[in-house]
Amino acid sequence: MLTNLFPALKLEELWQATYETFYMTILALVGTFIFGILLGLLLYLTMRGGIWENKFINLIVASFVNIFRAIPFIILILLLFPFTNFLMGTIRGPNAALPALIIGAAPFYGRLVEIALKEVDKGVVEASKAMGAKTRTIIFRVLLPESMPALISGITVTAIALIGYTAMAGVIGAGGLGNYAYYFGFQRRDFDVVLVCTIVIVVIVFIFQFIGDYIANKIDKR
Amino acid sequence: MISIKGLQKIFTFDNKQITAVDQLSLDIQEGEIFGVIGYSGAGKSTFIRLLNRLEEPTEGSIQINNQEITQLNKKDLRIARQDIGMIFQHFNLLWSRTVKDNIAFPLEIAGFPTAEREKRVQELIDLVGLSGKENAYPSQLSGGQKQRVGIARALANKPKLLLCDEATSALDPETTNAILDLLVDINEKLGLTIILITHEMHVIRKICNRVAVMENGRIVEQGDVLDVFLHPQQTVTKKFVEQVMGVADESESIHHLINTYNEGRIIRLHFIGETTNQALISQVAKAYPIDINILQGKITQTQRGAYGTLFVQLKGDSSDMEEAVTFIQKNTSVEVEVIRDAH
Ligand SMILES: Nc1ncnc2c1ncn2[C@@H]1O[C@H](COP(=O)(O)OP(=O)(O)O)[C@@H](O)[C@H]1O
Ligand SMILES: [Mg+2]
Repeated sequence: MLTNLFPALKLEELWQATYETFYMTILALVGTFIFGILLGLLLYLTMRGGIWENKFINLIVASFVNIFRAIPFIILILLLFPFTNFLMGTIRGPNAALPALIIGAAPFYGRLVEIALKEVDKGVVEASKAMGAKTRTIIFRVLLPESMPALISGITVTAIALIGYTAMAGVIGAGGLGNYAYYFGFQRRDFDVVLVCTIVIVVIVFIFQFIGDYIANKIDKR
Repeated sequence: MISIKGLQKIFTFDNKQITAVDQLSLDIQEGEIFGVIGYSGAGKSTFIRLLNRLEEPTEGSIQINNQEITQLNKKDLRIARQDIGMIFQHFNLLWSRTVKDNIAFPLEIAGFPTAEREKRVQELIDLVGLSGKENAYPSQLSGGQKQRVGIARALANKPKLLLCDEATSALDPETTNAILDLLVDINEKLGLTIILITHEMHVIRKICNRVAVMENGRIVEQGDVLDVFLHPQQTVTKKFVEQVMGVADESESIHHLINTYNEGRIIRLHFIGETTNQALISQVAKAYPIDINILQGKITQTQRGAYGTLFVQLKGDSSDMEEAVTFIQKNTSVEVEVIRDAH
C-alpha cells in the first residue's frame, strides 16, 4: 500500500534516515545538556550578587553565548567546517554534524538554564548557606533539583530546535531525514519522499514534546 | 553567650550609602528568648543576618560561645553555621524534597551517615508535631506546618542558638500562637537560646524574656519585657506597647468611672508580672466580707506573668476594705492605687 501511495519511497532508506536523525539528535542533545548546564551555571554563579560574582568571566561567557546564538545555524556549520574536519576527520555524515549541532544549541540552552536558575527562590539558597552548605552542595542539591522542571522544559524546546538543525545539516551532507528529503526527494522531483520525511519529522517532534512535558509534570511538586 | 560590639553594616549602591545597622552593641544570655522589635526598614533583618554572616559586617565584633564570628575563614564559618539554626518568614523549604528530606538536608550537609540521619529526622518530626506528614511535599502543607518543618530543619544539628526572622509574620493569629508555643517549648526542653525578630509586640509579649527596640539601625531601648511594658521610654516603644495594651490615656475614663460609680471605694490595681496574681480577685472576695465590682481594665499575659491594670470598686465596711487593700499590698506584687476613697 505504501508503495502505491509513495512510489519513490524506499522503506530501508527511510528507516536509515530516521535512524540517523535520532542518532544526531540524541547525541547532540546529551552534549547540549552538559555544556548548556555548564554555561548556564557559569552565567548564574558569576552574575552580580552571585556566589562567584565575577564581572570578567560573566562578560566572556555572556559574549560567547550571545555571539553563537546570533549566528544562523546554516552559516555556523559552514564556519565550523575546518574545526569539524580537525575534530572528526571528516565533514560528511552524522558524526560530523555533532560539533556544529552542540555549538549551535548549547548557548541557547545555556540561556534557558540561566533563566531557570534565576527562578530558584533566593531564600532557599540563603537557607542552605545558613546551614553551612558548600557551593558544590548548593549547586547539586539545591539549584539543579529545584530548577529541574524548567531545565526539562528547556531541554525539550532545545531538542525540537535540534531536530530542525539536523535537517539543515542534512542538506549539506550530514545524513538523516533532511538529507534524504533533499537529495532523494527534492532533487529528483519525487515529492512523495519530501512529504513522508516531513510527516516523520513532525512525529519525532511530537514524541519529544510528549516525553518532555510528561517528565516535567511528573517531577514538579510545587 | 552572645556578645555584640560596635556592629555596623553599610550598604553601598548607586553611589549611595545606607547604614542599615549602626554601632550596635548587645549581650544575650544563654537560654533566653531575646526579642528585637522595630518597624519595617529599621534594620532588623540585616542585624540578624549579620550574626551568621549572611551579610558581611562593615565593622564590629560578634562573639558567639566565645568564638569570634567575624574572624572566621570560609571553612570555619561553614562549620560554625551548622551550630546556628535559622528560620524564615517565608519558610524557605525545598519544594523538590519531602518533609523528611527537607529536615535531613542539614544533616547531609554536616555529613551524618544515612541510618543516623533517619533516626534524628524521626525525633525531630515528633518534636515539632508533624507525625504522619513525613512524605508530604511542602506544597501540600499549611503555613503553620511549613514553619514546623522549618523549625525541625533548623534544630537538626542540635544548635545552641536559633535565629528567627519574622518567623510568624506570614501566619494567621492562631497559627502564630501555636508556633510561638512550640518555640517556648523547645527553648525549655533543649535549653536553646532564641533571638527573634518581629514587628509585632504581641509576639514579644507572649514569649520573650528581654527585648530590644530598633529604630534606624540602632537599639533605642532594651530591657526585661515587663519593664519595657511598664515604663516605655521612647516614642516608638510606647507605640509598640499600645499595639497590645491600647491607648494609655485613661484620665477621661477615670473621671467617668468616678461619676458613674459614686458608692464605695475605687482602686486601680497594677499587675506587673507573677502568675500568682491570677486568682487575686476571688481570693480577696472570699477572705473579706466586701463586694468587689470590676469596672474596667486590660490585662495581658507575658512570659513572666500578667501585666496590665484593672479598675475595681470596693463596697463594704471601711475597715474590711482597708484590710483587703493591705492584704494585696503585703502578699502580692500588685500595686494598689486609690482613685477615690469611700464617701
Ligand atoms: N542588600 C541590600 N542592599 C541595599 N540596601 C539594603 C539591603 N538590605 C537591606 N537594605 C536596606 O537596609 C535597611 C534595613 O533593612 P532591613 O534590615 O531589611 O529592615 P527590617 O528587616 O527591619 O525591615 C533598609 O533601608 C533597606 O532598604
Ligand atoms: Mg525584615
